[in-house]
Amino acid sequence: MLAASVVGFSILSVLDRRILRAAIYLLFVLVAISGLYFMMNYQFLAAVQLVLYAGGIVVLIIFSILLTSQINSRLDRPKLSHVLSGIFAAFGGIALSVTTVLQFTFKPVQAGALDVNMRTIGLHLMGTGADGYALPFEVISILLLAALVGSIFIAKKSNT
Amino acid sequence: MDFSFTLLIILIPLAIFCVLGLFANRVKPAAAGMVGTAGLFIATILSYYAAYNYFSMFHAEEGYLPINAFSILWLTFTDELQIHLGVLLDPLSVLMLVVITTVSLMVHIYSLGYMKGERGFQRYYAFLSLFTFSMLGLVVATNIFQMYIFWELVGLSSYLLIGFYYERPAAVAASKKAFIVTRFADLGFLIGILLLSFNTGTFDFAILTDVAGPVIAQSTGAVFLGLSVTTWAMLLIFIGGAGKSAMFPLHIWLPDAMEGPTPVSALIHAATMVVAGVYLVARLFPIYALSAPDALEVIMYVGSFTSLFAAVIACTQLDIKRVLAYSTLSQIGYMMVALGVSGYGGEAGLGYMASLFHLFTHAFFKALLFLGAGSVIHAVHSNVMNDMGGLRKYMPVTHITFLIACLTIAGIPPLSGFFSKDEILVAAFEHNKIVFAVQWLVAGITAFYMFRLYFNIFWNRTPAFEHTPHESPATMTVPLIFLAAASIFAGFVPFHELVTSDGKSFQTGVHWMIAIPSVLIALAGIGVAALLYYKQNSKAESIAHSLKGFYTAAFRKFYIDEGYLYLTRNIVFAFISRPIAWFDRHVVDAGMDLIGNSTVQVSRSIRKIQSGHIQLYIWFFTSGALLLTLIILYLNSY
Amino acid sequence: MQSEIPLHYMIVLSTLLFFIGLLGVLIRRNLITMLMGIELMLNAVNINFVAFNHYLYPHRMEGHFFALIVTAIAAAEAAVAIALIINIYRRFATVSVDDVDQLKY
Repeated sequence: MLAASVVGFSILSVLDRRILRAAIYLLFVLVAISGLYFMMNYQFLAAVQLVLYAGGIVVLIIFSILLTSQINSRLDRPKLSHVLSGIFAAFGGIALSVTTVLQFTFKPVQAGALDVNMRTIGLHLMGTGADGYALPFEVISILLLAALVGSIFIAKKSNT
Repeated sequence: MDFSFTLLIILIPLAIFCVLGLFANRVKPAAAGMVGTAGLFIATILSYYAAYNYFSMFHAEEGYLPINAFSILWLTFTDELQIHLGVLLDPLSVLMLVVITTVSLMVHIYSLGYMKGERGFQRYYAFLSLFTFSMLGLVVATNIFQMYIFWELVGLSSYLLIGFYYERPAAVAASKKAFIVTRFADLGFLIGILLLSFNTGTFDFAILTDVAGPVIAQSTGAVFLGLSVTTWAMLLIFIGGAGKSAMFPLHIWLPDAMEGPTPVSALIHAATMVVAGVYLVARLFPIYALSAPDALEVIMYVGSFTSLFAAVIACTQLDIKRVLAYSTLSQIGYMMVALGVSGYGGEAGLGYMASLFHLFTHAFFKALLFLGAGSVIHAVHSNVMNDMGGLRKYMPVTHITFLIACLTIAGIPPLSGFFSKDEILVAAFEHNKIVFAVQWLVAGITAFYMFRLYFNIFWNRTPAFEHTPHESPATMTVPLIFLAAASIFAGFVPFHELVTSDGKSFQTGVHWMIAIPSVLIALAGIGVAALLYYKQNSKAESIAHSLKGFYTAAFRKFYIDEGYLYLTRNIVFAFISRPIAWFDRHVVDAGMDLIGNSTVQVSRSIRKIQSGHIQLYIWFFTSGALLLTLIILYLNSY
Repeated sequence: MQSEIPLHYMIVLSTLLFFIGLLGVLIRRNLITMLMGIELMLNAVNINFVAFNHYLYPHRMEGHFFALIVTAIAAAEAAVAIALIINIYRRFATVSVDDVDQLKY
C-alpha cells in the first residue's frame, strides 16, 4: 500500500500543472519512501530521509518556486511529440528492466541478520577498518563544502 | 675522334634558358643579353669545330657515315618499346647545326640593339635560348621519337616568342594560331610515327633509313586503299612537316606570326623552324625515295603549288614583314619541290642536295632580309611600305645589305642564291617539266616582288618622316654585314661533296642551259619592278585596277583565313566544342556541386539535433542507453 | 528478517519510480519541476540499494551507507541546482527550459 501510494503520488507530481501541488506531491512521495524504510527496520535512514529530503529539499524547492514567481501561473502543456517520445522512452525502459529483473532469481545470503541500531551505524560510519566508512564520510563532507561555496557563488548578485 | 662534346652544343642554350628564365627579373637586361650571346657564341664555335672535324674525318668518295656522338636510354616501356635520347652526327645534322647556331648568334647580337629598352628583355633572351635548344635537339635526334619531342618543344618556344608582346591581342591571337595549326599537323605526324614504328618495330633513324636494312627492303606490306602502309605513314609524317613548314593549306599561321619581334621572325621563320619540315623529309629520305615514291610526288605538288600561291600573294602585300613571310613560304616550296623530284643515290640525288643547299643559302639571305627589315622598321617605326621610301640616303649599310639579299633571292650570279636555285631547277627539269615551268615562273615573280619591296623602301618617293631616320647601331649592322658576306660566299661551298642523299659525293656543275633562262626571267622581274616602283608613278595602281578582282583576292590572301574561320566557328565550335562545354558545365560541374550541396543540406538538417534543449539531449541519452541494452541482450541470448 | 513483501516488488517499485522521474524530466518544461523529477530518480535508486541490502545481504551495511551517501549528494546537488536556477531566472527572466537554448548550433 505504501508502494502504491509512492507510485501514485509520483505520477501525480510529474503530471500536475500547478507547480506548488507538484512540490507537495513530491513531499508525499518522500514521506512514503521514508515509511518504506521504517518498514525495513532502517530507522536511521528513514529519519535522515525525512529530515533531509522532506524537510530540506522540498523546502528549498518551494523557496525557489517563490523566488521565481511561478506560484500563480499554471505551467504550459508540454508538446504532444515530447510527451509521446517521453512515454515511449520511459515505458520502454520499464518493460526492459522489469522483464530482466523478474527473470532473475535472487538468492539471499544465508547469514544472520545484523541488528541495525545506532551503535552499529556509528561504529561503521567512523570505522577505519575493512568495514569502515570513514573515508566516504570525509569525502562527503568536502563535497558538501564545495556545494555550499559553489551555490553561494553562483547565486550571488554579480557586480554590474 | 670523340664527338661527345657536341652534347654541349645543345646543352648550353638549355642552361642559359634555365638561368635567364629563373632569374629573369633580378638580372639586368644588358647582362642577360651578354650571357645569352656569349653562350650561343660558344655553341657556334663548337658546332663549327664539330663540322670541320666531321667532314675532314672521311674521304669524300666513300661517303660520310653517321656517328652516334651520344646516346642514353631514357624511357623503357617494354623490351621492344624504348626511347633513347642522343646526338646523331651525319652530314645533314652537322649542316643544320652550323646553320642554326650561326643564324641564332646573329639574331642574339642583333637583338641587343633592336630590343634595347623593351620590357621583358631577359625573358626574350631566355626564350631565344629555349628555342635554339629545341631546334638543335631536333636536328641531332637519333630517333624519330626524340625528334617529335623536340618538335613539340620548338612549337612551344615559337608560341612563346610570337606571343612575346602578350599585351597585344593580335600577337596573342597569332601565337595561338601558330600553335594550334602546327599542333593539328602534329597529329598527323604522330599517327605517322606510330604507323611507321609499329610496322617496323623501331624508332631509330639508323635502322629506319638503312638502305640495305630490313625496313626499306620490306616496304611491300599491307595495303590500304591502294597505298602501302609505308606510303601512308610517310604521307602522315609529311603532314606534320607541312604544318611546321607552312605548306598549303596549313600556311595560315606564318603571315600572322609576324606579330612577334622582327629578330624572332628572322630566327624562326627564315632560318630554322620553318625548315624543320624540310629537314624531316630529308632525314627520312631513303624511306621516301625507295619505299614511298608516291609520297614524294605529293610533296612535289604541294611544294610547287605553295610556292606559286605565296608568290602571287606577296606581290600585293603592303606590310614588309608579310611580304617576307610569303617569300619564305615560296622558298620553302622550292625546297619541298627539290626533295620531291629527287631520286636516291649519286647523280639522281641532285634534288636532295639542291634542296639542302637552298636551305643553307636561304637561311642566310632570308635572315638578312628580315634583320634588314627590322632595321628599317626600327628607323621608321612602322611596318607598312607606304610610310617608307628613299631610305637609301639615311641608312647606307642597311641599303647595301638589303640589296645584296634581294639579288641573292632573285638568283643573280655569282651570289649564292643563283647556285642553289639553279640546282633545283635542273633537278625539276629532269623529273617533271610542268613543275619546272612553274618553278621557273615563280623565280621571276620572286624577283619582281622582292624588288618591288626594295624599291618601295629605298627609292621611290620620300614621305614626311616624323623624325629623320638614322642608321641602326653597330649591334644591328654587324650581323647584317656578316650575313651579307655569307650570302655572297656561301654559294661557293662545294655542297655536292658534303651533303648528299646517300652520303657519297658526286660531281655537278652549273647547267647553263637552265641557268641562263632563269637569270633572264629574274632580270625581267627586276626590270618590271623598277619600271613600276623606281620612281613614284601610278602605273602600279593602274595595273592593280585592271586586274581588280584578282588583285583583291590576292591582297586578301585568297580568303583562306576566312574559310578556316568559318569552318572553326560554325562547325567545330557549334557541333563539337559547345556540346562538350555544355556537358562539362552542366553534368560534370553540376555533379560536383550536387555532392557539395547535398552535403550542406544534410549537415543543415543534422545540426538541428544540437538544439540546445536539454530535454532533447536527455531523451537521446536514455533512448540510446535502452537501445544499447537491447542490443547487448539480443546478442547475449545467442 | 524477511518481511512479507517479496524482493521483486521492491525492485519493480523502484524501477517504476525511476522511470516516472525520467518521464518528469523529459516532459516538464519548468526547470524546477525537472529538478523534482531528478529527485524522484535519486530516491528510486535509494530504495533499490536499501532493498538489496535488506533482502539479500542482511549481515552487511553497504547498501544502507550507500543510500545515506546518495541522499547527502542529492541534497548538495539540489542546492547547486537551485542556485543555478536562480541565476538563470535573473539572467533570462524565465525558468522555461525551452528558452534556455543558448548552446545550440
